[in-house]
Amino acid sequence: MTGPGGRQPMGAPGQKARSFGPSVRRLLRLLVSYRGFMAMILVATVASVILTAISPRILGHATDLIFDGVIGRTLPAGTTKDEAVADLRARGQDTFADMVASMDVTPGVGIDFAAVGKVLSIVLALYIGSALLSWIGAYLLNIVVVGTIRRLRSEVEAKVHRLPLRYYDTIPRGDLLSRVTNDLDNLSQSLQQTVSQALNSVLTVLAILVMMLSISPLLTLIALVTIPAALAATVLIARRSKPHFAAQWSSTGKLNAQVEEAFTGHELLQAFGRRHEVEAEFDIRNDKLYDSSWRAQFISGLVQPAIMFLGNLNFVAVAVVGGLQVASGSLSLGSVQAFIQYSRQFTQPLAQIGSMFNLLQSGVASAERIFDILDADEQTPDPAEPRTPTTNCGRIEFDDVSFRYVDAEPLIENLSLVAEPGHMVAIVGPTGAGKTTLVNLIMRFYDVDTGTIRVDGVDSTAMTRDDLRERTGMVLQDSWLFGGTIYENIAYGDPTATREEVMEAAELSHVDHFVRSLPDGYDTRIDDEGGGVSAGERQLITIARAFLAKPVVLILDEATSSVDTRTELLIQQAMATLRTDRTSFVIAHRLSTIRDADVIVVMDGGRIVEQGDHDDLLAARGAYYDLYVSQFTGPAETPDDPDPVSVVSE
Amino acid sequence: MLTRLIVAYLPRYRVNVVAVVLLQFVATAAMLYLPTLNADIIDNGVARGDTDYILRVGGVMFAVALVQVLCMVCGQYFGARGALGVGRDIRHDLLHRVNTFSAREVGRFGAPSLITRTTNDVQQVQLLLVMSSFILVTAPIMCIGGIAMGIHVASGLAWILVVSVPVLGVVMAAIIRVMIPGFRVMQARLDSVNRILREQITGIRVVRAFVRERHETARFAVANDELADASLRVGRMMALMFPVVMLITNVTIVGIIWIGGHRISDGSVEIGALTAMISYVMQIMMSVMMASFLAMMAPRASVCAERIGDVLATETSVLRPENPVGFADDPATVDFRGAEFRYPGADSPVVHDLTFRVAPGTTTAIVGSTGSGKTTLIGLVPRLIDVTAGAVLVGGTDVRHLDPDALRSAIGLVPQRAYLFSGTVASNIRYGRPDADDDEIWAALRVAQAEEFVRAMPLGLDTPIAQGGTTVSGGQRQRLAIARALVRRPAVYLFDDAFSALDLATDARLRSALRPATVDAAVLIVAQRVSTIMDADQIVVLDRGRVVGLGRHTDLLGTCETYTEIVRSQLAASESA
Repeated sequence: MTGPGGRQPMGAPGQKARSFGPSVRRLLRLLVSYRGFMAMILVATVASVILTAISPRILGHATDLIFDGVIGRTLPAGTTKDEAVADLRARGQDTFADMVASMDVTPGVGIDFAAVGKVLSIVLALYIGSALLSWIGAYLLNIVVVGTIRRLRSEVEAKVHRLPLRYYDTIPRGDLLSRVTNDLDNLSQSLQQTVSQALNSVLTVLAILVMMLSISPLLTLIALVTIPAALAATVLIARRSKPHFAAQWSSTGKLNAQVEEAFTGHELLQAFGRRHEVEAEFDIRNDKLYDSSWRAQFISGLVQPAIMFLGNLNFVAVAVVGGLQVASGSLSLGSVQAFIQYSRQFTQPLAQIGSMFNLLQSGVASAERIFDILDADEQTPDPAEPRTPTTNCGRIEFDDVSFRYVDAEPLIENLSLVAEPGHMVAIVGPTGAGKTTLVNLIMRFYDVDTGTIRVDGVDSTAMTRDDLRERTGMVLQDSWLFGGTIYENIAYGDPTATREEVMEAAELSHVDHFVRSLPDGYDTRIDDEGGGVSAGERQLITIARAFLAKPVVLILDEATSSVDTRTELLIQQAMATLRTDRTSFVIAHRLSTIRDADVIVVMDGGRIVEQGDHDDLLAARGAYYDLYVSQFTGPAETPDDPDPVSVVSE
Repeated sequence: MLTRLIVAYLPRYRVNVVAVVLLQFVATAAMLYLPTLNADIIDNGVARGDTDYILRVGGVMFAVALVQVLCMVCGQYFGARGALGVGRDIRHDLLHRVNTFSAREVGRFGAPSLITRTTNDVQQVQLLLVMSSFILVTAPIMCIGGIAMGIHVASGLAWILVVSVPVLGVVMAAIIRVMIPGFRVMQARLDSVNRILREQITGIRVVRAFVRERHETARFAVANDELADASLRVGRMMALMFPVVMLITNVTIVGIIWIGGHRISDGSVEIGALTAMISYVMQIMMSVMMASFLAMMAPRASVCAERIGDVLATETSVLRPENPVGFADDPATVDFRGAEFRYPGADSPVVHDLTFRVAPGTTTAIVGSTGSGKTTLIGLVPRLIDVTAGAVLVGGTDVRHLDPDALRSAIGLVPQRAYLFSGTVASNIRYGRPDADDDEIWAALRVAQAEEFVRAMPLGLDTPIAQGGTTVSGGQRQRLAIARALVRRPAVYLFDDAFSALDLATDARLRSALRPATVDAAVLIVAQRVSTIMDADQIVVLDRGRVVGLGRHTDLLGTCETYTEIVRSQLAASESA
C-alpha cells in the first residue's frame, strides 16, 4: 500500500494487480456486509445448480426407457429377458447379450411412454425450478453488487472531503480523476460480470463432478484429466498475454496523454507549426498500441478454443471407455449419455473461470487504486471539544508562524502579523514570496508547522474547520464554477439566501449587468468549461459568491487579475463597501488596488520585509517604494535585487 | 452511422474480413459436424459395443476438432488484427483531422470532447468490432447450420426447432428492447456522477472555503442513488436473460426426447439422433445468446460512431492556399485592413472594421474591456481563425495566400493561457524552435526573466514539467511561455495578456529586456495594465469589437473616452500618474 504522498504510475485502469490476494479478500469483505442477501444467493444458486446438475441424470432415465423399448421390441415377444439373453448367446451374439442382460427390457414390449412421460414431467419441473432459483440468485446478486458499488462510491466521495490538501498537491490531478471515475466504473463492471458467474461456475463444476462420480468413477477420472490440462492452458496463455496487456494499457495511457495535450494545446500547436512533429509521434504511439493490443487480444482469445479442443478430446476418450463399458454391460447407454452430457457441461464453466480470471485481474487492479485513496492519511480530525471565539469581529493574529510544503524548503519563517477587526491587509511581493501560502494558512488548508494563528483570540486549530471557514470568505485565483445555472453558482455562497439577497450580491459585484444581457439570464447554464461566459465574467460570479457569504474575514487572492480595468474599478468600489466592518486580506499585483489598505505587508522569501501604510512605506524608500516606482515609471532605477522563487507552486 | 463508419474503414482489411469469414465458416461447420459424429459413435459404436468403430470415428472426430481449433486460432488472428487495425486507422484519421482544425472548430466541439472522441469512443467501436469479428460470422452459421443439421439427422424432430428458436428470439428481443433505453439512462447518470466527483476535486478549495462539504455530499448522494437505481433496473433485466435462455433450451430438450421417443418407436428416427439433436439445440441457443450480447453493445457503439463521424465530417474553416505565395515585404509588418470576424449565423461580429498597421520595430498595444475582441484580433494573425471580411496582411501578403507553415514560422505567440507541455523546461522552450541550443535557450530565459528561477531549480533545464505546467507557479508559467516565443526569434510577436500573472517589478524588468530583443520585430501586446502599454508606439483601443481609439498614450489621453476611462480606473487613485 502506498502512502498519501506516494505516486503511482499514471495509466488506464486494468493494469496488473499488485497484491491480488488481500485485495480480493477486501472486496469480498465489502460484499459480506450483505450477509443475509449473500446467504440467500448462496442457497438459491446452490439449489439451482443442484437441480440443473441432476436433471441430465434423470433425463438419462428417459433415454434408457426409450432404448429399453427399442431393444425390447427386437426380441421375440412372450419370452422372458433371461430366455432372450440365453437365446442371443446361443446365436453367438455375446456382446449384445451382455448388454441386454444389464438392461431393464421386456422382450416384445416397445417404449413405455407412460413411464417416459412421468420422468419427463419430473425433469420439466426440475428445470423450471432451477430457472426460477437461478433468476432469484441473479436478482439478489444484482442488488448486492449495485449496493456495494454505490457504497464504495459514496465512501470515495466522503474521503474526498477528508483528505488534506497536501494530498491533492502530490498526486497528479488527472490520475486522481481517473481513479474516481474510470477505475470505479471498471471495478463495477468486472464485479457485475464476474461475481455471479464465478459463483455459478465454481458450484457447477463441483456439482457436475459429484454427478459424474455417482455415474462412473472410472469415467470421472478420465474427465478429470481435463481440469489440470485446462488449467495449464489458461495459465500458459495468461502468462503470454500479460506482457502484451501491460504494454497495451501503458500505450493507451501514453497515447491518451498525448492526445489530451495536443488538443488542449491546439492553439499553440497551430501557431508554432508543430503539426507534423505531433502527428509523427502520434503515429508511432498509435502503431505501438495497435501492435500490443492485437497481440493481447489474439493470445488471450486462445483460451476458449484450447479448452474446447480439450473438451472434444475428452469426449472421444469418454466415448471409447464408455462404449467398452456399455458393451461389457457394466454401464447403461443412458448413463453413458448422461455422463457425456455432464462432461460437456464441465468444460464450459472451466473455460468461463479461465476468462473470468483475466477480467477479475483488471477489476482488482482498479480496486487497489481506489483502496489507495481510501487508505490515504486524512487531515487531522477537529478537536473533540472545539473552542469557539466569543466575539465575531475578525481579528486575525499570526504568532511566530512557520510553514513549509517540503521539509528542505522553508516557505514561511517566523512570521508574526496582526490584522485588527475591519482592517484591510494588503500583501505584496514577488512571485513565490509566500503570499498565497499565507492566506491558505488562515483557511487552514494547511496546518502550520510551528507557531499559532488566532482568530478573535482563539487558536484556529482549537476550532472546528467549519466554524473557522464560516467566518471567512475567499475568492481564489482560478474561478471554479460547477455545472449548474449562474444563480445556483452564486447561491453556493450561502444556501439559506433568498432570491433577493442573491440578486443583491450579483448587483454589488456587477454580475447583474452582463447576466441580464444573456438570453437565459440567471438561468444560463454553465458547463465544465464555462461555455458562453468569459473568464472575467466567471471571476465576477465567484466574487458575487463571496459577497453572498457575508464573512467576517475576506480573502481576495489575485482575484481580479483577469477582469479588465474598468470592471475592476467597479469591483473595487463594491469591495470597499463589502470591506466595511470586515477584516480583509488582499493579494494583488496592481498597487492601485491596495493604496488605501490599513496595513501593507511586503513579503519576500517567506518573511515580512516591510510593513506599514502606503505613505509610510513610500517614505521609507524600501522594497515597496521600488515596486511602486517600477509600476508607474518603468524599471529604470530598480536595483537588480534577486527574485527568490521556490520550485513549489503556490 | 456505425455501419457507415465501418464500411468506410473495412475495405482496407479486405483480406482479414475474407479470412475471418472463411475460417469461422469452417470452424463453425466443424463445430456443427461434431455432434453428428457423436451420434454416430453412440449409435454404431457405444450401442453395439463396437470399440473399433468408436476408435475409428473417434479418430475422425479428433481430426475435425483439430481443424476446428486451428481455424478458430487463425480466425482470431485475422479478426484481432482487422478489428484493432480499424480502431488504429480511425484514431489516426481523427487526430490528423483535428490538427487541420482552426480554433473555431476546436471551440465548437470543445477540447475535452475531442479527446473523448479520439480515445474512449474509438475504443467502444473497436470493442464492438472485436466481438463482431467472432460473433457476426459464427452466430448465423451456428444457428442456420444447427437447424439444417437438425433437419438432416432427424427431419421428424426439426419442427420443434422451428417453434423454439423463434420463441427464444422473440423473448430475447423483448428483453433487449427494455434494456437498451435502460443502458442509455444508466450511461447518462454515470456521466453525472463522474461530473460531480470531478467538480469536487477540481474545486476542492472552494468547497472547503464555503464549508459546503455536506451540501456536496448530499448532491452526490442524489446522483449516486439515481445511478444505483438505473443499474438495478438494467441488472434486473440482465438477471432474467440467462435463466430464460436456459429454460427455453431445457424445455426444448425435454420436448425432443418426448417426441423423439415416439418417432423412434415408429422407426422414423434413430436413437443416436436424439443426442445429436440435443447438442444442436444447445448450439442454436448459444448463437442466439451471442447475438443478444452484440445487440446489447451495438447501441452504445453506435452513439460513439456518430460522435466520431461528426468530427471526421467537419471541414476546417482555415484552408491552405492552393498556390501559396511568399512575403511581398519585410515579414515584420502586420496590416489589418477592415478585418472582421463573425461566427456563422451570429447577428453581430466579434470584431469588425479593424484597420491599423504595425511597422517593423514598433510595438502596438491593444486595450479594451473584457469581451471587446482582443484575443480574437490576435488569433487572426497566425490564422487560428480567418477573417470573415476584410483582410489581415503579414509582410505585405494576405495571410490566406501564404503557406501556413511559412506564416507561422514568422510568428511568436504567447497565448492568454500559458499552457506548457509535459516534458522538461528545455523541451518546452524548444517547442518554439526545435534546433535551439542550450545557450539560445538560456538567452531566451534571461530576457523572459526566467533565468534565475530555472537556475535555482536543482535540475535546471531538465526540470520536469507536468502537463499544462501545473508544477510551476502561474508567474513562472507565463515567463516560460514568453521564453518559448522568444527562442523562435520571429518577425512578429503576439503577447495576449501575457504578463498578467507577473508581479509589477518582474513585469517592468521583462518589458525593458524585451525592447532590445525585439528591435526589428513587429510586436502586438494585449494588456490590462496601463504601465505596460504606456510606452507603446501605437495603442489600439477596442470597444465591443470596434477600434475606438488609435494613437500614442498622450494623444489618446483626454481625446479617447474609453482610453481615458481605462487609465483613470488604474491611475485615478494615484496622484503620481
